[in-house]
Amino acid sequence: MDVVKLQKQLVDYRASLYHEAFLDEQFTQLQELQDENNPDFVVEVVSLFFEDSERLLNELAKALEQQSIDFKRVDAHVHQLKGSSSSIGAQRVQKVCITFRNYCEEQNVEGCLKCLQQVKHEYSLVKTKLETMFKILAAGGSIPM
Amino acid sequence: MTVERAISEPKDQFPIGMRVLAVDDDPTCLLLLETLLRRCQYNVTTTSQAITALKLLRENKNKFDLVISDVHMPDMDGFKLLEHVGLEMDLPVIMLSANGDTKLVMKGITHGACDYLLKPVRIEELQNIWQHVVRRKKFDRKDGDNSGSQDKPHIDNGGAAGMGGVDQNGKLNKKRKDQNEDEDEEHDENGHDNEDPSTQKKPRVVWSVELHRKFVAAVNQLGIDTEAVPKKILELMNVEKLTRENVASHLQKYRLYLKRISCVANQQANMAAALGSADSNYLRMGPLNGLGTFHTLAGSDQLHNAALRSFPPSGVLGRLNTPAGLGMRGLPSPGMIQLGHVQNSGNTSNDQSKLQSFVIPGNHNANTLQGMPMSLELDQLQNNKGVSHIGELPTAANTTVFPVSGSLMDARISGCSNNPLLGVTSNSLMLEGSSQQTTLHPSNLRDSVSTMGFQNGNTLSDFTSIATASNQLQCSKADLQCQASPTSCNAGQIIRSAPPEWNAPYHSNVMCCSINSSIPVNGAMVPLGQCLDQNNPNFHRNMDLDSIAPSNFVDPISLKRSEGFNSAMEPAVIQKEGYFQPRPQGGYNVGSLEDLASAMMKEGPDTRKLADGDFGCNGYSHRTCI
Repeated sequence: MDVVKLQKQLVDYRASLYHEAFLDEQFTQLQELQDENNPDFVVEVVSLFFEDSERLLNELAKALEQQSIDFKRVDAHVHQLKGSSSSIGAQRVQKVCITFRNYCEEQNVEGCLKCLQQVKHEYSLVKTKLETMFKILAAGGSIPM
Repeated sequence: MTVERAISEPKDQFPIGMRVLAVDDDPTCLLLLETLLRRCQYNVTTTSQAITALKLLRENKNKFDLVISDVHMPDMDGFKLLEHVGLEMDLPVIMLSANGDTKLVMKGITHGACDYLLKPVRIEELQNIWQHVVRRKKFDRKDGDNSGSQDKPHIDNGGAAGMGGVDQNGKLNKKRKDQNEDEDEEHDENGHDNEDPSTQKKPRVVWSVELHRKFVAAVNQLGIDTEAVPKKILELMNVEKLTRENVASHLQKYRLYLKRISCVANQQANMAAALGSADSNYLRMGPLNGLGTFHTLAGSDQLHNAALRSFPPSGVLGRLNTPAGLGMRGLPSPGMIQLGHVQNSGNTSNDQSKLQSFVIPGNHNANTLQGMPMSLELDQLQNNKGVSHIGELPTAANTTVFPVSGSLMDARISGCSNNPLLGVTSNSLMLEGSSQQTTLHPSNLRDSVSTMGFQNGNTLSDFTSIATASNQLQCSKADLQCQASPTSCNAGQIIRSAPPEWNAPYHSNVMCCSINSSIPVNGAMVPLGQCLDQNNPNFHRNMDLDSIAPSNFVDPISLKRSEGFNSAMEPAVIQKEGYFQPRPQGGYNVGSLEDLASAMMKEGPDTRKLADGDFGCNGYSHRTCI
């Protein structure tokens, strides 16, 4: 693919992500923060997000498997996930986290388990999408603003 | 740029290069924050651990201009960190959270945060944060005493604001503590130096016990709500090199403190009662450091640690502590303890003065102490022996003066039992105390205590005031436990700081004291506040340990003792809780005081015993504590 095409693809793809609410304007901010001094900023932050989220999701799964669930702990994890997803603009993940937290407050095990599934799902979706975008970027060289 | 340099840079360049410390356990957010801050051209340092952050801040007080911290962190609650920073370093702190609940935001602000931002943070918001630094600095600059200390106080933190090296004795009193942040140590930086009179030169004004005492005296004279304007206070205080701005910011903090205390006061009363039994409460007081005023401990949630901690034992109460304060067992002269500046648990060394904490608030106990409760207590205390501090008690009549504010409340205090020294032995105590004066508490109590305790005649008066203030002294319990509340706080503080001095048998006491010191500090603060509110006169008196006239002490004390003490203790205890808020839950990571307090608390019963044994009036080992 030639560069122009790639770039177009990137733009379109990105636009779709926004459109489908996978990403929100926070992601735009991230991109704006990237500059020549910090050329890989977006990739860096997003990678960190992936790592951290995976860890949190594991912790969540473990915590919810317990005989007697420690909701405070679960809530703390979800809170963190919410914070980091909002920081990179992963809107859908963030939204699920909000619902998740409500269930935690109510100590609703069913609800929590359901939300966990949902959040995992949303997370893997956004991860795939971002990874795809990065591939295009890598191929194309840069993100046209 | 170097740390100092940044501050002295010209205004227009100022925001650039501002040194920010960012704390957040979430790596994604931290990286984002760091990048955003760098984009604003600030100089950024990051850490994901609150403990590390505190360490960095403590290493070099002038290394940072501003702190941004997340609220939810695994190793320490963001609010606690907030308190600590406010108290110890008096730096502007901005809270950050994904949770925008009004309640949480309110909590942040009341704890002294300059601002509360919601995640995800936008760069526009960060571009304005430098304003907080400027605002703070402005006060300091005007004061002229510090040249570049950014942190100066202020108003937000309520903490250390005006530390003026003026008097070294007491390092920061507890005032700070309650307000905001916990920063109990707040002055610790300054505080401990109180020894140095020339601290004035330092950028920060150190509100030593002595200085604070004067301040409170002036405020009382003028009337806290009416005439107490910085200018007049400054005139009344007549302290060289203290500027109006110093006083203004200190006044602000003080007012906040009083407010907190009044809440706490109620609790304290309960605490007093509880003190007898509640070691744990005492612990709480611990964090109070110095405030001694148990009042604060009890109720003032606000005081929570921060207050205590930061309050470098204004020691005001120190006097109050006199026996009561020490309640702990031997309460080493509550009054004395107070003097201890309990500087923030952190400073231990200086803490002594901190204890001073204003045990005075002890008033909450209802003034039972009024006046002399202390002395009476002392008598009773005699049994306690623990009163070590009491040694200071002006034995005038009862050496028991200690009842003072139980600020020391440390749970230990409950035992005021130390009294043996106090009351009757007061003479003996005093004697011992007198001789020991120096020992008592060399560090903190220094000013207050020495004058107090040993004066036999004089101290009592001091105590009295303290007692009244502290109500706590009421020690009627004989244990003095309660009374100590305010004093205990102080005592605690003093003790804390004084441990070294205590060499005497006071081991146990020392422990208590130590804990107390932390606690009392806060406690002291509270009572102080209360005292002020309630009994200005009393409080006022307490403040002046030196001038206290023993006479009062005697009578009231006995009466009050029973009541006062308990109540005193209680508040203190309560305060602790309130103060620390998170209290031992974990919030206390910080404080060594807390540890102490908890340790002390645990020891409670044992300590008491020790107290008795140790203190034995004879040598009031406690005194050393003082």
